[in-house]
Amino acid sequence: MEANYGYCDASGDYFIVINTDDCDGCNRCVEVCPQSVLALVVDDYEETVAAVGEAFRKKLKESCAACKPVGKRLLPPCIESCAMNAISHSW
Amino acid sequence: MEEALRQAGLKLEEIKSVISTGTGRKRVPFAQKQRTAMSCHAKGAYFLFPQVRTVIDVGAESSAAIRLSADGKIEDSVGNDKCAAGTGIFLDAMSRMLRVSLGEMGAESLKATGTVPISSMCVIFAESEVVSHVHKDPPIPCANILAGIHDSIVDRLFGMAQRVGMEPEVVMTGGVSKNVGIIRAMESKLGAKVLVPEDPQIVGALGAALFAQQENGIRESC
Amino acid sequence: MLTMGIDIGSRSTQCVILEDGQLLTYGNIETGPNSTENSRAAVEAAIHRRDELWGEYRMQLPNTDTSHLRIEDMAYIVATGYGRVVVPFANANITEISCHARGAHWFVPGVSTILDMGGQDCKGIRVNERGEVTKFIMNDKCAGGTGRFMEIIAAIIQLPLPEIGPISLESTKKIPFNTICAVFAKSEAVALMKDGASKADILAGLHEAISARVLALLKRVGIEEKFVITGGIAKNVGVVRKVEDKLGGLKATIPAEPQIAGALGAALFALDRARKKAAENTSRTICSAPGKEAAPDQGLIP
Repeated sequence: MEANYGYCDASGDYFIVINTDDCDGCNRCVEVCPQSVLALVVDDYEETVAAVGEAFRKKLKESCAACKPVGKRLLPPCIESCAMNAISHSW
Repeated sequence: MEEALRQAGLKLEEIKSVISTGTGRKRVPFAQKQRTAMSCHAKGAYFLFPQVRTVIDVGAESSAAIRLSADGKIEDSVGNDKCAAGTGIFLDAMSRMLRVSLGEMGAESLKATGTVPISSMCVIFAESEVVSHVHKDPPIPCANILAGIHDSIVDRLFGMAQRVGMEPEVVMTGGVSKNVGIIRAMESKLGAKVLVPEDPQIVGALGAALFAQQENGIRESC
Repeated sequence: MLTMGIDIGSRSTQCVILEDGQLLTYGNIETGPNSTENSRAAVEAAIHRRDELWGEYRMQLPNTDTSHLRIEDMAYIVATGYGRVVVPFANANITEISCHARGAHWFVPGVSTILDMGGQDCKGIRVNERGEVTKFIMNDKCAGGTGRFMEIIAAIIQLPLPEIGPISLESTKKIPFNTICAVFAKSEAVALMKDGASKADILAGLHEAISARVLALLKRVGIEEKFVITGGIAKNVGVVRKVEDKLGGLKATIPAEPQIAGALGAALFALDRARKKAAENTSRTICSAPGKEAAPDQGLIP
C-alpha cells in the first residue's frame, strides 16, 4: 500500500509517502529522524510498517523544514537511511 | 506619498527616483521601477542592522524568511502569500473574536500565567479551537488564550525560517512585528533576542528607496 | 450474526447494523460534544431508524422491527472516524481510510478510486478487487479542501448549504479564484458580492477552485474506473459535475447513501473479526474439551 501522510494547503503539497509493500520494518528511518516524525505501527492489515506519527501529519512543512532547506540538493536522513527505497517526500 | 512629502517639506517634483514594491507595486502611477518585496525588505533590514543574517517579514496577508550573507546579499528565501497561517490575518480574526484591539493584543498576551496549545495549523480550524477554549469551564484567562495564539503564529514563522537556515542576528519586519507578544514568543522559541526596527512597517519602502538611491547614484557618476 | 460499525465525524455520526453482512438498519445524527453519549445516541438512531440530518432514508431497508436490538446483541463492534478511540463499547478501532474503502466497495463492487470529503477532511483512496486499500492520501489540516470551505461559502453567499451546488450550475461568467485558502477566498467573495457579481458566478468560481484542489489530491493516487464519491460532498452536484468534467467525462458513481460508507465498512470489518473469533472458538472447543477423543473400544466393558 502506498500511504501518503501529510496535507496540502494553499502554499503547497506536503506529503511523506511510505510504500508499505516495500517497507520491511527495519526502523532505521524512525531512528535517524531528528524530530521523531516517524514511528513503527501495526496497520489495519496487521503489518508492522513505518508511518508518520499522528501528531506530525499536519505539521510536515515545519517538522521537516530543517532537513529540507531551500536551494540545496541534500536528501533528508529518513530517505537516505531506507535500504528499500520505501520512503519519499513530495515537496 | 503625500504624507511623507508633507512631513519632509518636499514636493513630488523634487523626488529624483521612485521604486515601488509590495503586492500593489504595479499600481503606483508615479513609480519608475518595481522591485520584489523580498529584496526590498532584505535591503532595508541590512541598512538598519548590518549584523542581520535572517530577516523574518510578517505582513497582514503574507510572510517571508530571508537569509543574508555578510554583505547583505540574499542567499536563500522562502515566502508565503497563499495560506493565511502565520500571517497577520490570524491576529485580525482573533482580535475580533476575543474583542481585544489589535494594538493591545500583544501587551495583553504578556500577562499570561500559562499558554493554551493550539494544535491546528489552519486559521479556520484554529478559530474553532479558540472558541472551544473561550467556552471552557472553569474559564481560561484571556491572556493565556492570547499567548497560545501568539505562540502558534510564531511556530509557523519559525518553521519557515528553518527552511532557509536561521542564523543570528534575526530581524523581524512587517506590521506584525509591532506586536510585543509576537516578539516575546519568537525570542522564547529562539532562545535569543530578536532585533526589531523602530518602525517595522516601513522597512520595505526603505529598501526600495535605497535601491532607487543606489541606481540613481550609479547613473550620476557615469 | 449481528455486527455494528460506528463512524464519528466532525459534523455527523453514523451507526450501521448488519445481519450476516446484509444491511439491517442505520442511523445518522449530529456529532455531540460528549463522545460516550454521542455513540449511544447513534446506536439509538440506528435501532429506531432515525436519520436526523437528512430526514428521509434513501435505501431500502428490510421490513424487520429493529427497535428491540441492544448493544449486547452485537457479535462485534468496530468504531472509526475522528472518535474512533473514544467509543467505550467498541471491540476494535480501524482507520477511516480502510473503513471507507470497504464501505465504498460494498456499495460499488468494481470500485477502484474513492474520493471522500467530509466536514474537515478530504481523502483519495485506491482499492483492489477485494476492497483493500492500495494507496491513500488524506488532507485534514487545511480547511480549503474540505466541507468546511463549502460551509463558509454558503454563509458568505447567504444560501443554505444544499443549494450552493445547484445554483453554481446557473453561472454564466467565469470568475477565477487564485487561492484555495478559505480565509482569502472568503474576502475575495465578500468583495465580489459588494461589486455586484452574481451569486451563481461566485459560487461557480469557488466550486472550480475546490474541484481543482480535489483533483490534484486524487491525481497523486491515480484515478481509474470505477470512481466513487462519498461523504457530504457527494451531495453537491456543482463539485461532482466539475470533477467529472476535469476527468474528461469519467463519471462518478454516488452511492444511494454516501454518508454511511465509513460505518458500513466498519461493520464489515466487524463481521470479519467476529467470524474469525467464532472459528477460533470452534477449533478450541474440539481440541481442548477432555475425553472427547473417543477410544474405538469404548463400548466394551472390561
